[in-house]
Amino acid sequence: MEALSQFFAVYGSLFNFIGINALLALSLYLTLAAGQLSLGSAAFAGIGGYTAGILTMKLMVPFPLAVAAGSVLAGAVGLVIGLPVLRLRGVFLAIATLSFGEVVRIVVLNLDITGGAQGLVGIPAITTTSGIYLSLAVAAYAIARLRYSRIGWCFESIREDETAAAALGINTTYYKTLSFVLGAVLAGFAGALYAHLNYIITPREFGFSVAVDLLIYNIVGGIRVWYGPVLGAALLTALPEILRGTGVAAGPVRMAINGLILLLVILFLPNGLASIFMRIGKGRAKAAAHAIPEEV
Amino acid sequence: MDLLAQQLINGLFIGSVYGLFAVGYTLVFGVLDILNLAHAAVFTLGGLLAVWLVEAAGLSLWLAFPVSVFCCGLLGLLLDRVAFAPLRQRADSNFSGLISSIAMAIIFESAALGLFGARTVRFPAHTISVHIWRWGGISITSLQVEIVAVAILLMVALTQFLNRARVGKAIRAVAENDRTARLLGIHVDGIIAFTFFISSALGGAAGILFGLYFDSLSPDMGRSIELKGLAVIILGGMGSIPGAILGGLAFGLSEVLTVALTGTSNLRDAVAFTVLFTVLILRPAGLLGRKKMREA
Repeated sequence: MEALSQFFAVYGSLFNFIGINALLALSLYLTLAAGQLSLGSAAFAGIGGYTAGILTMKLMVPFPLAVAAGSVLAGAVGLVIGLPVLRLRGVFLAIATLSFGEVVRIVVLNLDITGGAQGLVGIPAITTTSGIYLSLAVAAYAIARLRYSRIGWCFESIREDETAAAALGINTTYYKTLSFVLGAVLAGFAGALYAHLNYIITPREFGFSVAVDLLIYNIVGGIRVWYGPVLGAALLTALPEILRGTGVAAGPVRMAINGLILLLVILFLPNGLASIFMRIGKGRAKAAAHAIPEEV
Repeated sequence: MDLLAQQLINGLFIGSVYGLFAVGYTLVFGVLDILNLAHAAVFTLGGLLAVWLVEAAGLSLWLAFPVSVFCCGLLGLLLDRVAFAPLRQRADSNFSGLISSIAMAIIFESAALGLFGARTVRFPAHTISVHIWRWGGISITSLQVEIVAVAILLMVALTQFLNRARVGKAIRAVAENDRTARLLGIHVDGIIAFTFFISSALGGAAGILFGLYFDSLSPDMGRSIELKGLAVIILGGMGSIPGAILGGLAFGLSEVLTVALTGTSNLRDAVAFTVLFTVLILRPAGLLGRKKMREA
């Protein structure tokens, strides 16, 4: 018990970051599930984080209400942005969401109420580790269930072939916007939790490089199943600590390892690390199928 | 009035560097339909390598420039071989190519960090002699003129090469339709590799000019121009060389004009990205782009 609490004292904040990053990665996963490449998740997290932080800090709004407000506002912005932007495809969508993210970051940088470049300082640190992981469990469960619902199948069909999905009578605009807005809400939620973790948030924490990091978590983990992004976020968030444990100093080498992992995954495991687990699962399913003689 | 004229001239100078950077960016997109996010890292390496060649190896700038540009071209070949060629047959090569280029960007940036250190460097003071010409309140340095001359020379040379030379025509044929090009006896993989060579060489040249213009180079200097380059090629139309040149100039002008009109530099990037966002929504093919690019 003593060892456990000491372990947690050292690595507690790491676990918090893993949880938050997993939530953020899942928010992007929701949008990727419908085949939409967005680089705006970090900006939605920023909107949620700043909204909730300002509400609890300056207006003394209760924490749950502030988090809800942050998520709803992020979702509302997601709706307004998503409707025009989702007409674009692939790289163009990525660039449009990216420019949206940059505008959000610059606006936050220049407003007085957000504290500008110094960031929003003095946010009460209310978020707990158990709160983060409870949210993560709920979000992961909901997303896993969503996959085999009507909505999930619609997302899947749009990702595979948007034209074919539309021809089958699926309202592609509706489902694409839905995936975008759901992602924005979850990102806003994760951002609100993040804001109440360390007393301070700055615009830089929601910039382009963070948006790219979220994409990397998804790719490394895999975007075919819900646990892919969680796996990717956990592995890559913990990687600096693991490398430090094995004696690799911060700096170029660590960065190069990050890049190499991403490169190797995209070249040799196009469905991410999760596909290793999926393959094992499929192997078992196949063995089971062989065991039972097929009825004709 | 003089101030405004001076700002406009400065905008043209920096715009020509943006244009040169974007030309290489857009060339790869035109041929492969892939966004090469490692382009900015090559830009950085080009600039830093030139400084090292001048400072540590004692070369004159006129020799360091072509050597560094050639090395960047070789990096382009490496990029193609490692990150793009293995993915070419994959159905989602647009998406996976984008990701592997991010991986290469991280690896290149870590290489820049490891080889040249994290500090900001500059070309030694007497690398190039600078005269200043003044007319009334307007001043132009010989360095600025040389930068613009080199940038324009390279862009004109590229345009002529693509229009006249046999290999240039082959590049355009592959951009149009790689399967037909293959049937016509064009060595498609070789042409693509060569395209990467040219593109990265131009990116490296832009990095050197950028470093000369601002008199400071650092391993993360590619970050800001990466997003600006994206804005420029969207504005000009993806894959369009004249579009990239004009887009670069327009972007340089819009930057300095925003600063001149609002009196602060805070909103400089916000205006640029709002323009980008609007162009994407209203005219996704860009100002000079071809219609079919929208489906990419």
